[in-house]
Amino acid sequence: MSKPTHSRAESIARILPALDYRKIGLSFVVMFFFAFFISPIWTGFVTAFKTTGAVTSTTPFIPPGPSGFTLEKWTVAFDYLSTGMINSLIMSVPSTIASVFLGSIAAYGLTLVDWNRRLQFSILVLFLVGIFIPYQAVLVPLSDFWINIVGVDGLLAPLGGLPYFTARHSRLFAVTVTHVVYAIPICMLLFRGYYMSLSDELIEAAKIDGASITSIYRRIVLPLSKPMIGVVFIYQFTMIWNEFLFSLTLIGSSSSPAATVTLVLSGLGSDLSGVDFGLRMAGAFVAALPTLIIYVLFAEQFAEGLASDN
Amino acid sequence: MARSEDTVTRSQTTSSSATSDDRWDRLRRFSKSDFVRSFPYWFIPFSIMGLGVYGGIGWNTLISLTDYEGFTDRPDFTDLDLDMYVQAIQDPAVIVTTKNTFILMIVFTTITMLLGLFLAILLDREIRYREKIQTIYLLPMALSFVVTAQFWLWMYNVNNGLVNVILGVVGLGPYNWIGNPDLVLWAVIFALIWQFSGYAMVVFLAGLQSLPDDQFEAARVDGASTFKTYWRVIIPQLKSSSVSAAVILLIFALKAFTFLYSMFGQYRVPQATDILATLMVREAFQLQNWAYSAAVATILLVMSLAIIAPYLHYQHKQGSL
Repeated sequence: MSKPTHSRAESIARILPALDYRKIGLSFVVMFFFAFFISPIWTGFVTAFKTTGAVTSTTPFIPPGPSGFTLEKWTVAFDYLSTGMINSLIMSVPSTIASVFLGSIAAYGLTLVDWNRRLQFSILVLFLVGIFIPYQAVLVPLSDFWINIVGVDGLLAPLGGLPYFTARHSRLFAVTVTHVVYAIPICMLLFRGYYMSLSDELIEAAKIDGASITSIYRRIVLPLSKPMIGVVFIYQFTMIWNEFLFSLTLIGSSSSPAATVTLVLSGLGSDLSGVDFGLRMAGAFVAALPTLIIYVLFAEQFAEGLASDN
Repeated sequence: MARSEDTVTRSQTTSSSATSDDRWDRLRRFSKSDFVRSFPYWFIPFSIMGLGVYGGIGWNTLISLTDYEGFTDRPDFTDLDLDMYVQAIQDPAVIVTTKNTFILMIVFTTITMLLGLFLAILLDREIRYREKIQTIYLLPMALSFVVTAQFWLWMYNVNNGLVNVILGVVGLGPYNWIGNPDLVLWAVIFALIWQFSGYAMVVFLAGLQSLPDDQFEAARVDGASTFKTYWRVIIPQLKSSSVSAAVILLIFALKAFTFLYSMFGQYRVPQATDILATLMVREAFQLQNWAYSAAVATILLVMSLAIIAPYLHYQHKQGSL
């Protein structure tokens, strides 16, 4: 398909099939970067199956031989991280649903309904700044708010005794709410981009028919949003599952019963294992498992979420 | 006379009742207007977000003006001064971390963008299994920093890490990437480039795919080489993608805390990799110097606003907001 200048192409074509070499070169570069991106993950994966002895005595990226093979690291890692996995799930699912919903209605109110354009724009800018600010700028007030003012450990005490209302769940509740608050801006932005690309005709027609703003949202916008809800949900779930800073500062220690999986994983190396890299690698994979599954199934949606957040 | 008076009174009555009708009508129309009807839609999320973000920033600024520290005391809001900021600019740790923050921001952002652009051009060519390859290139972005930090800790292991094994093949090393203060910052930057270049690639790919094909063809017909076509025709049109990617990467580098914390397993990271973001979290949550860390956080916030404000202005001028 590429056509270099005629004379040169002809003279080279007489000696060598030029295009093939270019293609080989291209494939080589593609494969090189393939190896570059996969090697830390691959190395970690094979190391997780090695006995402690094999970890230090074998080449890191080569799978273990029969004598150096063990599944023990996986079972230990799974036991160690299982409570954290449950905690992360209890936190991520509700906060993702809430932030997707709030982001969607905010984007609807700011794009598909016309009112004061200038005011809408100012509100949009305030949302956008909310996406970019470093969370460090709100960490001290956040922990002061949840721990000293709300008194997070006693938060669900009035409901005490019920199975899902212990101090552990209060901490998780605080992290969940925090995630919702700071995820709204990015969800709003993702939906806004999508709503602006929707054609006006349907909505205009519904307005002429006298449909109210609420019924336009429920009957037209929400059903049309399905693909975008998928994108935002996948993107946001991955972000919240992977998040660490709020868990660290609001839950505190990796040994707390409320510790999320990223927090437990960060303590895995330091308290249990020292330099047991097999265990660390197995732990890393167990902690990443839900996001890896989602990524393998929905890589396209994830990429779309990433690409449209600017 | 009487008749005319009568007319005047009557006309006055009509006009006054018209005004009150009009006002009532306007109020009713206002309550049915799109502004009021759409209010619950945007105002609820907006106020939740606003309290968290702007309320948080305001409160943080207020705390930074007190002397709040320790576990038990409450901040004393009666005695506000700029002591913490004065202390911060004289603190050698702040000077070192600011320098490291800038090195991280500039080196990480530049290389990640160049690599991302290169990969985007690579995948924009017609190659086989393109989507599968893109999925692998982007995979690190789907992983938590806590997870990737574990991988890289093993990659950089001095005895049997893959990096030293590969360098050993060409007769170099082994290097103590994590333990050597001259190397550790570069090791961290390299790992972060690994994680983020797939992201930069996706942004550039979106930009490339929005360009019309005929420009490429036209340059081709004029006899420009592939390299020249990209350099002269295609890359200049990726300005908006470049700005977006640069802003996201710069802001990330500014607040990168999780990767560093997880790699070293503690608040106190090696001094060579200590950045403002790690200093802030350490001062607050390890040392309970709340007011001081709030002041450092304000410095971080100002730095990020210095990046965001021109960006939003640029986007607004481009008409892409």
